Amino acid sequence: MNIKDSFFRLRYFVVACLIFFFTNISIAKETNIELLKQNWSFDGFFGKFDRTSLQRGYQVYKEVCASCHSMKQVSFRNLSEPGGPEFSEAEVKALASQYEVTDGPNGEGEMFTRKAKPSDKFKSPYPNENASRAANGGAYPPDMSVIAKARPGGSDYLYSILMGYEDKVPDNIKLEDGVYYNKYMPGNKIRMAKPISEGSVTYSDGTKATQEQIAKDVVNFLTWAAEPHLEARKKLGFKSVVYLLILTILVYLVKKKIWLRVEPKV
Amino acid sequence: MNDQTSKTSKEHFEPVHTNKVGGSPFTGVTGWIDNRLPIIRMFRHEYLDFQVPKSLSYFWSFGGILTICLLLLIVTGISLGMHYKPDANQAFDSVEKIMRDVNFGWLIRYAHMNLASFFFIAVYLHIFRGLYYGSYKEPRELMWLLGIIIFFLMMATAFLGYTLPWGQMSYWGATVITNLFSAVPVVGDFIVTWLWGDYAVGDAALNRFYVLHWLIAFLIVGVVVFHVIALHIVGSNNPSGIEPKDTRDTVSFSPFTTSKDLLAMLVFLLIFVAVMMYAPNYLGHPDNYIPANPLVTPAHIVPEWYFLPFYAILRSIPDKLMGVVAMVSSIAVLGLLPWLDFSKVRSSVFRPIWKQCVFLFVLDFFVLMYIGGAPAEGIYLVIGRIGTAFWFAFFFILAPLVSIIEKPLPMPASIHEFEDWKKQGKIKTIRLFNK
Repeated sequence: MNIKDSFFRLRYFVVACLIFFFTNISIAKETNIELLKQNWSFDGFFGKFDRTSLQRGYQVYKEVCASCHSMKQVSFRNLSEPGGPEFSEAEVKALASQYEVTDGPNGEGEMFTRKAKPSDKFKSPYPNENASRAANGGAYPPDMSVIAKARPGGSDYLYSILMGYEDKVPDNIKLEDGVYYNKYMPGNKIRMAKPISEGSVTYSDGTKATQEQIAKDVVNFLTWAAEPHLEARKKLGFKSVVYLLILTILVYLVKKKIWLRVEPKV
Repeated sequence: MNDQTSKTSKEHFEPVHTNKVGGSPFTGVTGWIDNRLPIIRMFRHEYLDFQVPKSLSYFWSFGGILTICLLLLIVTGISLGMHYKPDANQAFDSVEKIMRDVNFGWLIRYAHMNLASFFFIAVYLHIFRGLYYGSYKEPRELMWLLGIIIFFLMMATAFLGYTLPWGQMSYWGATVITNLFSAVPVVGDFIVTWLWGDYAVGDAALNRFYVLHWLIAFLIVGVVVFHVIALHIVGSNNPSGIEPKDTRDTVSFSPFTTSKDLLAMLVFLLIFVAVMMYAPNYLGHPDNYIPANPLVTPAHIVPEWYFLPFYAILRSIPDKLMGVVAMVSSIAVLGLLPWLDFSKVRSSVFRPIWKQCVFLFVLDFFVLMYIGGAPAEGIYLVIGRIGTAFWFAFFFILAPLVSIIEKPLPMPASIHEFEDWKKQGKIKTIRLFNK
């Protein structure tokens, strides 16, 4: 009896420890400051991107981010694909043709420049990492293709960074030249100057360009860029979960019936 | 006539059969095939008529689940291999190409990634089942040993697979783990250079990691075949730990075990699909979406979650060589368990003290997992050392000691009596996985 009691107590102890373990695993991860949590339209079981926000986000990327950050994995054609900003193909052609890219060699063995086509990747602002460092005081603006997946906290983290610049620097932090204070950056020091503020861009659809709005739009865009098939994944995910759930219930009933042969109900 | 008799009288010849054609219970085309290649007979014998203990709980479904996982890993892995490029300059981009441009590439890659994690979840439950119900005991010792070999191979191939996307964790994980070999006395540095094929982890290393990732995956298939053959010789253990004696104790594999395993597989698949589709990167590390950079070391180099307990053991020993030895032997020691635990009773259901030891061992596993993910300093290091000490004490002290001092509970004479006792509430088993 004694042994049995202690066994049960032990089991609850194990369960309690497991709960502790799983709730604390996130604390063990680096970030120690609460991020600005947003209600993203792409969250949840039926998550979808807001098309107009993605289109505005592309504008922010093009006019602000792209002057320093590359986005090597994304092509212009992706902008018209389903599940993304869904620009029309004509619009994408026009957007691409604003850029000049180097192609070749041609028949004479010469490299030449031409207007970008939808099949081209986004053009990087610098020819290589060294050029990029040289132009940015030694700091390398990271490629933004998958940045929404490459940071703990993901989209919320990116949003927080964009909103986390503060003029008042705490006394215990000494800023060197070309370094800025950011509330949410690990270590609170960032080499990127505050990239967006109210009115950084002018939206053609009449949306008011507040800092929050711009940050939200560009983070939407970056999340899509990192996970262009997110909508397809969630759609297929829902279908497969429902399918498996029904199948599991049916198989459960079949199994129960089969086992009645060896375990008849008394 | 006379000649022949005179010949045979001089020497005696045994009749020989150079072929074994015939004997099939089937007729027609199946019979024709089965007479020449008896796989149909074997399949019926081993998977339809095969008798298994009636008292198996859902804990016995993980073998089947693992087989399915392995097959799915191979199918998704082959598909990925058709698009992946094992080149330090192209690996990261080729994975992104799979995620973006290959039809359903995102699905195949997320499936492969998450299946690796779920394979370990299932294998840990499978090993726990073996520990709790004494499946390692005579006559199943060899199966248990084969299982440990599979576990080692799994860890190797999982580690190699994690290096392939060539992200920051891939690169630095590979650097840390391959550097462990430098702890070998005298020839350590030579071995490391030989493993890398270079003086640092780079293109040459990535290329061979890719080849070895494939090779070991198929080695696992081979050892799994032996594991399953051995299972069909010694038979399944069961929650009572008592061997079946007559037909009251058993059911035929099909349709009873098959329907039950199918249900378990579907539940497992359901959880897997939900995680893969809604939180595909939850079990991974965000740093692996940053391309490998030999010049920037991540703040914390953390292995995949399933390595954390063993990583904690590695770090809890101050000496590098002894740390490696401790880590490897923390798994290898499982192989000694059939001889360290010499209690005649298999199932923990009848072993009140051992049962608690096993639960403490599980607790220790999770504590070490937590410690493996935490920084190796202060209180974490102390807890890690206590956890490591308990890990080995479980095998070398508790197992033999409990075998001697423990008085097993009264046991039923057979499996069907065990089932009756269960219905009468005389026996407590793990409720979660009972039918």
